[in-house]
Amino acid sequence: MLYREVGEFKTSYAQDSQTFPIKFDKYRYYFVVLVGLLFVPFVINDYWANAVFLPFLIYAIASLGLNILTGYCGQVSLGTGGFMAVGAYASYKLMTAFPDLNILIIVLLSGVITAFVGTLFGLPSLRIKGFYLAVATLAAQFFLIWLFNKVGWFYNYSATGMITSPDRSFGNFLITGPNATPASKYLFCFFFVFLLAWIARNLTRGKIGRSWMAIRDMDIAAEIIGVNPLIAKLSAFAISSFYVGIAGALFFSVYLGAVEVTEAFSIQKSFIVLFMVIIGGLGSIFGSFAGAAFMVLLPVALKNLLVLQFGWPVDIAAHFEFIIIGGLIIFFLIVEPHGLAQLWNLLKQKLRIWPFPY
Amino acid sequence: MSADFLYTIEVIINGLMAGVLYSLVALGFVLIFKASGIFNYAQGVMALFAALTLVGLQEGRVPFAHLINAMFGTKIHHFDWSLPALLAIILTVLIMILFAILVEKLILKHLVNQEPIILFMATIGLAYFMEGFGDLMWGSDVKTLNVGIPQGGSFWFEDFTIGWAAEGEKFYGMYVDLLDVWAAIIAISLVLVLTIFSQYTKSGRALRAVADDHQAALSVGISLRVIWVLVWSISGFVALVAGMMWGAKSGVQFSLSLIALKALPVLMLGGFTSIPGAIVGGLIIGAGEKLFEFFMGPLIGGATENWFAYVLALLFLVFRPQGLFGEKIIERV
Amino acid sequence: MNKENIKMMDIKNIVLRFGGVVAIQNISFDIFKGEIRAIIGPNGAGKSSMLNVINGFYHPQEGEVWFRGKKRGSMKPYQIAHQGIARTFQNIALFKGMTALDNIMTGRFTHMKKGIFSQMIWEGGASREEYENREVVEKVIDFLEIQHIRKTPVGALPYGLQKRVELGRALAAEPELLLLDEPMAGMNVEEKEDMSRYILDVNSEFETTVALIEHDMGVVMDISDRVVVMDYGKKIGDGTPDEVRNNQAVIDAYLGVSEH
Repeated sequence: MLYREVGEFKTSYAQDSQTFPIKFDKYRYYFVVLVGLLFVPFVINDYWANAVFLPFLIYAIASLGLNILTGYCGQVSLGTGGFMAVGAYASYKLMTAFPDLNILIIVLLSGVITAFVGTLFGLPSLRIKGFYLAVATLAAQFFLIWLFNKVGWFYNYSATGMITSPDRSFGNFLITGPNATPASKYLFCFFFVFLLAWIARNLTRGKIGRSWMAIRDMDIAAEIIGVNPLIAKLSAFAISSFYVGIAGALFFSVYLGAVEVTEAFSIQKSFIVLFMVIIGGLGSIFGSFAGAAFMVLLPVALKNLLVLQFGWPVDIAAHFEFIIIGGLIIFFLIVEPHGLAQLWNLLKQKLRIWPFPY
Repeated sequence: MSADFLYTIEVIINGLMAGVLYSLVALGFVLIFKASGIFNYAQGVMALFAALTLVGLQEGRVPFAHLINAMFGTKIHHFDWSLPALLAIILTVLIMILFAILVEKLILKHLVNQEPIILFMATIGLAYFMEGFGDLMWGSDVKTLNVGIPQGGSFWFEDFTIGWAAEGEKFYGMYVDLLDVWAAIIAISLVLVLTIFSQYTKSGRALRAVADDHQAALSVGISLRVIWVLVWSISGFVALVAGMMWGAKSGVQFSLSLIALKALPVLMLGGFTSIPGAIVGGLIIGAGEKLFEFFMGPLIGGATENWFAYVLALLFLVFRPQGLFGEKIIERV
Repeated sequence: MNKENIKMMDIKNIVLRFGGVVAIQNISFDIFKGEIRAIIGPNGAGKSSMLNVINGFYHPQEGEVWFRGKKRGSMKPYQIAHQGIARTFQNIALFKGMTALDNIMTGRFTHMKKGIFSQMIWEGGASREEYENREVVEKVIDFLEIQHIRKTPVGALPYGLQKRVELGRALAAEPELLLLDEPMAGMNVEEKEDMSRYILDVNSEFETTVALIEHDMGVVMDISDRVVVMDYGKKIGDGTPDEVRNNQAVIDAYLGVSEH
């Protein structure tokens, strides 16, 4: 009986278009944010930060970005890994070239640089559609990885070819480098997730979001209502890459600390983020989080269950991970193309009329 | 002839040979795409899975041995027999047909009339599933595949070409791998067989009818589902051939599935619906990427094969979206 | 109704070819401000192609389109939308993944000017603009009597309602010229009457100029001010419903074979 919208009358359009129309949802959201801000930082340790929280937050940003492009604007990209690499290398070059620049600014600038690169590789989307475009984005993936691997300038000619994040702090708190505390890393990423989710929500509920969805659903009809496909598609590429670039910068500088490009940003990354979007729910902000959480937690859970509980070898757990992920992708595409987010909505619909289903 | 010129020729020949293998994988894509409009990303993993199964059967490995050992603490790995290559191949073909039936029953049937991009993503899921499943079934170690195809450089061709260079040039004859030659011969005969099949048999005609117009084909009593099973079986067979060639060349392992990624630009170049396009596209990309690496690679850091095909295909798409031989896309309002 | 006979659109000598096929052969006609102009003709006469020329999907090989007294250069459909021309399609072209409300809101696209940064922040500028436009949309929703399906995804709506939502999207743009491609195709008599009423009301209340293609001769003759008749890409008649009805060429080519 708790979960009701009965008695919540909306008297303005602002109330009608709010993010959480039902009070209970709103309170739950505040609760999650407060726990994330006031509880987690005090209990987080290295294991939880590295195994769960940091990858979850960073992948959430990447999957928000890809969801804008794929879920909202309908342009499938398989170049996410390459664009994350752009963000990572941009942050590395900025950190080493301008040692005094604040890490916050560096991460944001990395996003901006990635946005430019993403827009450039988005240009073919004006001529080609669907999986032709998906395949074309692979060109970005392979070319960018090769570039960062082969051109010494990008990794400052280091002998190993790896890039290593120098120590940078925000205020008094060390954010990057091996000595940064899990709590400060976590809070730094949390800030970006919060900011970017809020922006994504605002963009997708207004004019520009509708222009993306119009292009996604029927590009010809989108044109007759006045949407310039050039601007709609390229803006989706730019904003999506901005998100993915920030995710890449955080992935390198805050999470891993040192990166070898062919390892960290391979085509597998592109697929993982795409799976997050599909499993979480195409065209849903909440889905981006749900998908990221699922894809981060699944390997951890499998490892705990199969390896630590049953004592099976690690590679068998890895094989099961592939089987489960692949099976779920197919399952979701067949049964519920809107992913976990839609299942969640259905559950809420059920709750809303419980216990009297009519 | 100068040695430089001859080296260039050698690069082109080897590029064309590699291109034949790309064509072979691309052929599997085209078959499925023509008959069902599905862009089957799992084609590469199908090649891997077929090759794994072939090796497993040939060597008498116990399927799921690792899993069984982990669950029951046993130490099984091989049966005490091994199969002749031909028998193993036939059994693998049967397994690929079974696979085609399962794919139709469990996946395609439920995704009829979905948008192409949804189907594409479903095949990515399928690729993931099969990759895990294949490794779980046969183990993820690198396996050597030997079905009796000769390998190594052709001395005859080296001796034959050594005299071509001008006097005093340093040239020791061209290197051509026998395996590549065989792959080319097998690929060409496969294309011939497929062409004959689609032109002169009843199922072949049904296949072409479906490719032309789904609705019309249905209305004359062709079962779409039978066609799908058929076409997935054929491309399973093509995958097996590609997996055999590639596996014999560089071992059966995960990286074999990546040949799918090599075949994609071939398709973009040749068009998704054209069998000759797949062949010519494969040859262009095979020769092109080797030549580019030969001339430009040393200048810009090497390993350009990783992206050359894609960038070439991308440029191509922007100027001729339907590919070399694809049908022109006309949009109706 | 008082029509001042000011030319809103003047179409001069349009020739449209697809390869060797001539879809439109040298057609000229005009549309007066404030009138309801019908284009009729048998299937394949080139009517839809004509609408596609007017709103920029097709670019004719010869001929000129004059809009509001100015010759129109080569323009893309979205630019033409910004000039105040909206349309509906023969086969409904709604955004299937969006609700009825969102679909109609997309019609306001040309009226929303806030930049991307304002939209990122939302509070203040972008939200105010959103609610102002929402008011216009709600008026359209009231007008078309579709309040109850606001939040329903359009894919789940029956055909007649989808047609209405599509009209709503075009109306939300507050166009000067509204192009309707077979607005009543596949409707029953009752739905046709509703749709005719909406078209007449739009025309009289908002003074929107309407150009429509329709097969139902009864409806066309009832609601339109003037009619263009096309056959095999040629114009064979032009005038008021009465003139067209008595035109021998039209009777031979078209009316003679229809059930009317």
